[in-house]
Amino acid sequence: MGKEWGELSPDEKQEALFQRWLSPKDPGGNDLKFQSPEAEKSYKERITRIKDAIQLKKRPDRVPVCPLPSMFPVFYSGMTNQEVMYDYDKCYQAWKKFVLDFEPDAHMGCAGPGPGRFFEILDYKLYAWPGHGVSPQHSYQCLEGEYMKADEYDALIQDPSGFFSNVYLPRVFGALQPFQMLPLLPGILEMYGVAFNFIPYGLPPVQGALNALMEAGNEALKWAGAVGGFDGEMATLGFPQILGGFTKAPFDTIGDTLRGTKGIMLDMYRQPDKLLQAMDALTPLMIKMGVGAALMNGKPLIFMPLHKGADGFLSDEQFKTFYWPTLRKVMMGLIEAGCVPLPAAEGGYNSRLEVIKDLPKGKTLWMFDQTDMARAKKILGDTSCMLGNVPLDLLSVGTPQQVKEYVKKLVQTAGKGGGFILANGAFFDNVKAENLKAMMEAGREYGAYR
Amino acid sequence: MSKKLVDAIADMREADALRLAKEMVEGGSDPLAILGAAREAMGIVGHRYEEGTYFLPELILAGVMLNQIAEMVKPKLAKAAEVERHGKVVIGTVQGDIHDIGKDIVVFMLDVNGFDILDLGVDVPPEKFVEAIKDFKPQVVGLSGFLTLAFDAMKDTVEAIKKAGQRDKVKIMIGGGQISEEIRKYTGADAYGKDAMVGVSLAKEWVGAK
Repeated sequence: MGKEWGELSPDEKQEALFQRWLSPKDPGGNDLKFQSPEAEKSYKERITRIKDAIQLKKRPDRVPVCPLPSMFPVFYSGMTNQEVMYDYDKCYQAWKKFVLDFEPDAHMGCAGPGPGRFFEILDYKLYAWPGHGVSPQHSYQCLEGEYMKADEYDALIQDPSGFFSNVYLPRVFGALQPFQMLPLLPGILEMYGVAFNFIPYGLPPVQGALNALMEAGNEALKWAGAVGGFDGEMATLGFPQILGGFTKAPFDTIGDTLRGTKGIMLDMYRQPDKLLQAMDALTPLMIKMGVGAALMNGKPLIFMPLHKGADGFLSDEQFKTFYWPTLRKVMMGLIEAGCVPLPAAEGGYNSRLEVIKDLPKGKTLWMFDQTDMARAKKILGDTSCMLGNVPLDLLSVGTPQQVKEYVKKLVQTAGKGGGFILANGAFFDNVKAENLKAMMEAGREYGAYR
Repeated sequence: MSKKLVDAIADMREADALRLAKEMVEGGSDPLAILGAAREAMGIVGHRYEEGTYFLPELILAGVMLNQIAEMVKPKLAKAAEVERHGKVVIGTVQGDIHDIGKDIVVFMLDVNGFDILDLGVDVPPEKFVEAIKDFKPQVVGLSGFLTLAFDAMKDTVEAIKKAGQRDKVKIMIGGGQISEEIRKYTGADAYGKDAMVGVSLAKEWVGAK
């Protein structure tokens, strides 16, 4: 050790986080006991393979293969989305079957479905989920709305955290609506007047909301108890979990969660300066969210699902003005803290490649979907590792032979010399299992560097 | 005045556009002419979207401007504006999928290109498409979907249309983030559009518009 965390360079921090990922602990803080020496060897080989691909210093032994499903494990196990959201043990079993059958070089854990009861208790508004707006078979989907009004930018800019706790939270959870009555905390400065701040806590609606909050806490804990051991057990079997945490591009935080697509796009014309200021105000919070999780979980990769900056959504000029500057700041904040941002660019990013090239070498893992990988390799190949691109239509209705041919070509182009991780281009539900198997096999076969 | 209104809308100057429209309404201009100007501007916006100079923010703002102007004009309007239409399209996001951004772009582009559209919204069950085909009698049906789960829902919808004896009465196009020729074959649709512009040309071709 020697140096304090704060004294380490970004390179040293990244290395230290990879080392923590390579040396997993059990819940008691002791070295994790692997189920066999082979499992330990596989665990370390898998992470080393991913690390080498990302850092671009050394070619890995082969292209890592990491299928990243949405709700595929549910379909693959013959369950419904509703079942895994309400029966947490079933969720665990579905994801375990997926990992053991497909043997990915890394997986994303089984927290994806989340606890259905918890969402019910709080009356969560931002998503429809099985039995609540979508059928039991379907996966949860976002219900965008204006959870922040057009005239509330100043409130967000002046106090982003206060906005989330006092305004957003009571709006997005129906059961917590009475929290709109709660005071902002700077009111607790002095003995005089401090008690005024606590009056709302004595009112029946707020007390009802506090009860709902405790009930939701219990449910979240129950869920965590059921699925929380998943990553540990998979690690003992040799399978690392890839995610250290997640954060978002400030444009998407506002566009997905606070204002909705329509809201943010009107704001680009009606109040562009406020929008830019708000994204600046959110940037440090987005960095903290990712870095905090990475340090807690001891893993460098921070997932960033990108939505509204894809080809077709914004012009190049709009992307450069509204989307990229604060996304880059968040990514640089993560990188300086030793994290590896994993931005998932769903859709196409063909018109963005020259812009997003502006990042330090060996610090980022770009997930691409319908982006031209030959061009991406040419433009980004010497700065960033890339992941993805196996198309969902092919995995859904193609044949194993077609998948293999696609993968062969893909690893030969994007994987040339390293810097590539084979995966699906976007997150998938019910694709054909034999096609996913074909992707895995072809990746291992054609992805070997000789 | 009307030329100025067209330019203000087409150039995304919302405040100017609303002021000009208000002046025209108050000055006693023909309400149909004001709406005509707004429609002309929508055509320009659609064209700029096709060319790749306009994107989603402009389509959204243009739609909002059109609605505001329509509201302003409505009280003065004796009868609804009749616009010549090429043909009719029924469109919706298929069952189980509630994504609407892509569908809404296609609706906007079909509208500015002179189609009469029945938008069934999101999470639309096959029966509802069948019913709409019988009642609205479109020449074209558009199925939208973003999730991989939508592939099966599209297939089911095409089959339901077939079963109801309506398959030879309509042409079916599909579209969405992950849709391809392979998916088109799988669903039994007639064509797929990789973007809204392809959707418009397919619809035009099928109804015999230029």
